[in-house]
Amino acid sequence: MPMDQVATHDDHHDHDHKPGFFARWFFSTNHKDIGTLYLVFALVAGIVGYSLSGLIRWELAEPGIGPLTGIVEMLYGTSGPQAIEQAKSFYNVVITYHGLIMIFFMVMPALIGGFGNWFVPLMIGAPDMAFPRMNNISFWLTVAAFILAVISMLVPGGNGVNGFGGGWVLYPPLSSTAGHAGPSMDLLILSLHTAGIASILGAINFIVTILNMRAPGMTLHKMPLFAWSLLVTAILLLLALPVLAGALTMLLTDRNFGSQFFDPSGGGDPIMFQHLFWFFGHPEVYIMILPAFGLISHIVSTFSKKPIFGYLGMAYAMVAIGAIGFIVWAHHMYTVGMPSDMKAYFVAATMVIAVPTGIKIFSWIATMWGGSIEFSVPMVWAIGFIFLFTVGGVTGVVLANAGIDHALHDTYYVVAHFHYVLSLGAVFGLFAGWYYWFEKMFGIKYNKVVGYAHFWIMFIASNLIFFPQHFLGLNGMPRRYVDYPEAFSLWNSVSSMGYALSMVATLLFFYGLVEAMIRRRKGEANPWGEGATTLEWTLPSPPPFHQFNELPVVKNEGGH
Amino acid sequence: MRYIFAWISAMLMTGSAFAQELVGQPTPGALGFQPAATRIMERVNDFHNYLLWIIIPISLFVLALLIWVAVRYNRRANPEPRKFSHNTTIEIIWTAVPVIILVAIAGPSFSNLFYQENEPDLEMIAQSGDLDDPNIYVDAAKEGWITIKAEGMGNWAWTYYYMDELDADGYPIQYVSNGIHFGLPTDPAPTLEKPLYLATDYPMVIPVNRYIRYQTTSDRVIHSWTVPAFGVKTDAVPGRLNEGWFLVEETGVYYGQCSELCGKNHAFMPIEVRVVPQDQYDRWIEVMKTGDVDAATQLVQVIDSDGEETRLASVE
Repeated sequence: MPMDQVATHDDHHDHDHKPGFFARWFFSTNHKDIGTLYLVFALVAGIVGYSLSGLIRWELAEPGIGPLTGIVEMLYGTSGPQAIEQAKSFYNVVITYHGLIMIFFMVMPALIGGFGNWFVPLMIGAPDMAFPRMNNISFWLTVAAFILAVISMLVPGGNGVNGFGGGWVLYPPLSSTAGHAGPSMDLLILSLHTAGIASILGAINFIVTILNMRAPGMTLHKMPLFAWSLLVTAILLLLALPVLAGALTMLLTDRNFGSQFFDPSGGGDPIMFQHLFWFFGHPEVYIMILPAFGLISHIVSTFSKKPIFGYLGMAYAMVAIGAIGFIVWAHHMYTVGMPSDMKAYFVAATMVIAVPTGIKIFSWIATMWGGSIEFSVPMVWAIGFIFLFTVGGVTGVVLANAGIDHALHDTYYVVAHFHYVLSLGAVFGLFAGWYYWFEKMFGIKYNKVVGYAHFWIMFIASNLIFFPQHFLGLNGMPRRYVDYPEAFSLWNSVSSMGYALSMVATLLFFYGLVEAMIRRRKGEANPWGEGATTLEWTLPSPPPFHQFNELPVVKNEGGH
Repeated sequence: MRYIFAWISAMLMTGSAFAQELVGQPTPGALGFQPAATRIMERVNDFHNYLLWIIIPISLFVLALLIWVAVRYNRRANPEPRKFSHNTTIEIIWTAVPVIILVAIAGPSFSNLFYQENEPDLEMIAQSGDLDDPNIYVDAAKEGWITIKAEGMGNWAWTYYYMDELDADGYPIQYVSNGIHFGLPTDPAPTLEKPLYLATDYPMVIPVNRYIRYQTTSDRVIHSWTVPAFGVKTDAVPGRLNEGWFLVEETGVYYGQCSELCGKNHAFMPIEVRVVPQDQYDRWIEVMKTGDVDAATQLVQVIDSDGEETRLASVE
């Protein structure tokens, strides 16, 4: 809906009564402040998760167990073979927490908690989220969950070092007392329970807000796609997380109270955990990517100065992806010993996802087609996203085939695939959103040169990191290996050099943030011009503490 | 860095990085699968090549479209944006064409999957022949199955059980196969015969051109038994007995590495399979039945010629 057709009455911003610092940032019930808190939190957790991946690439840069041994010697005061043995366990801890922190405490808080909180109310013309105080609880439970995860990294895991080293998938018996007897795993279960509660509360908040608080005249079929993406994401969270909670609780009682849900000696089955985990875990990957889908649509439309192509198809493609996401989980488990007919079913169901995903890719390109494209910083990130997500998507089609997955399962090919859709997909979407909304959120302009440099260096670096991993996987290098045969050294060294380059990009990102904060170039209400048609651009930058005291009315019929 | 230089110089000297592609183990700088030693892996390889013909053009097509819109519809080339947002024809096309492509993938995918999954009916093959390769497979079918169980151990080793070969006490032949390199200073120096992180003390031994039924299980945590050149990978799960099959068509030494995170020494529990001629296998079995694993392993250190050239690994 073009701005000029939206009635805004929000001119009296001078009477904002912001609470004092402590009350504002610790007892916050304001969706924009909570969104900012989530973004700051995701930045902090992102630094931790990114540093852990640095340890991985440092260790794998060349054959031999080296860098981690040095760290273990510093941490535990051991030396010689004992330090090497501990370094092996420490490596498993590093990969585990890298995955968990990036998923639960970086991507989800940033895309859902950060951008979702900030822009869903603004885009649908609502004064705030439906349950502002529940919003506060969601955020602080996420912080508590992160602290629990960090503590769990610092207490004995039962594997010779501190922390749990069984991978983010937490498969028993490795995560049972048989594999990790220490308290670390129990704290991790508590952490994920807490993060799950936070996400469920947040999901309820988003669903209620979107279904009930849209501006007059904004039907669901006129709602901006970012709000659509958050609606689908929230429903996925609401349906998937209780299943994870159930699996985690069974694991907890297995570990502490003598139940044997996953212990074959008592009639239990470790594979049942995998089914429950992936029933959550597969929707989880869509939970991470759908908000990025939503915001990429707005960016592409804004900078092509053209309405989104096939708006309804885009919205229902996300609904379809979310729905099919619940019936494909066992494609993560082709090698566990499933009947072949079940594998055949999961092959077919998984490949179906390529259809709505293809609709999204082609609709983005069709949105650009005939447009007048401005290659702003968010737009180059968005175009990068579209291409890299395509590459990650087609390797997903390869992996969907159980026959080929028998060769590629648990190899670096899988690592390359899911980093293309998450690290180069969700994270590129995150940066696109960051540069799209930065001025709106903080009321200051960033340095565009830094933004472009950040993009190009990151684009080259992340492809250098992850593309060679396809070769490693095809040639047989298994994942989660602290050391590898000499034959794998070439592509591992290239991958690690890519990581070193990505550090330059990351430093540039923080430099751009700090530079913008110091210079404080005054932001405009709408820096993007006629293409930016959603309601947040009708407000000043930053928006007033409380917006839409009188609700905007969406009048027009077209606009999409 | 030195690996890149080595790789580039290797490419320049040989014209191809893969002139010396290794069999049964990874090749430095390789871009694709290890060479297939079973028909299962050949079919995986063929199907993967078929998929490359689909996914690479799709990626390039998307890239070309992005470059085209960037060139043709940038702000300078096209100052006045058009305002369309629907085109039913194109939307039907980009929904229907992917469906057709997926159907074209699903056919070979299912045949590939069921070829791997369905244990062949040896009696049927022995009587009526095998369409693709009658000689090897019919002869092998007449010999019947060899059943070997691989049990993943809590201390990061594999125990192999030859279910049909009983020792003097009437138990199946069984022995533990340990990796010999653990990333420690005390490791033996890697050699051509004992490659780093791949070699074991007592390898699994099977005859060439025989149907092998392998079973996997585990005593504590989940492991995964795999040999990339065979195209097989099956998790070893406590409380379960998983099963698969393969038939290796070339003698040689083939390596795999545990493929499900199992704790500290996950990277150090390799799988070594020595594929030998039938008579050498028979001699190995006879000595194994006496319990002298060392003497039996000595018998397969050098793999006898089976009439064809032995495809032992050759480096540089």
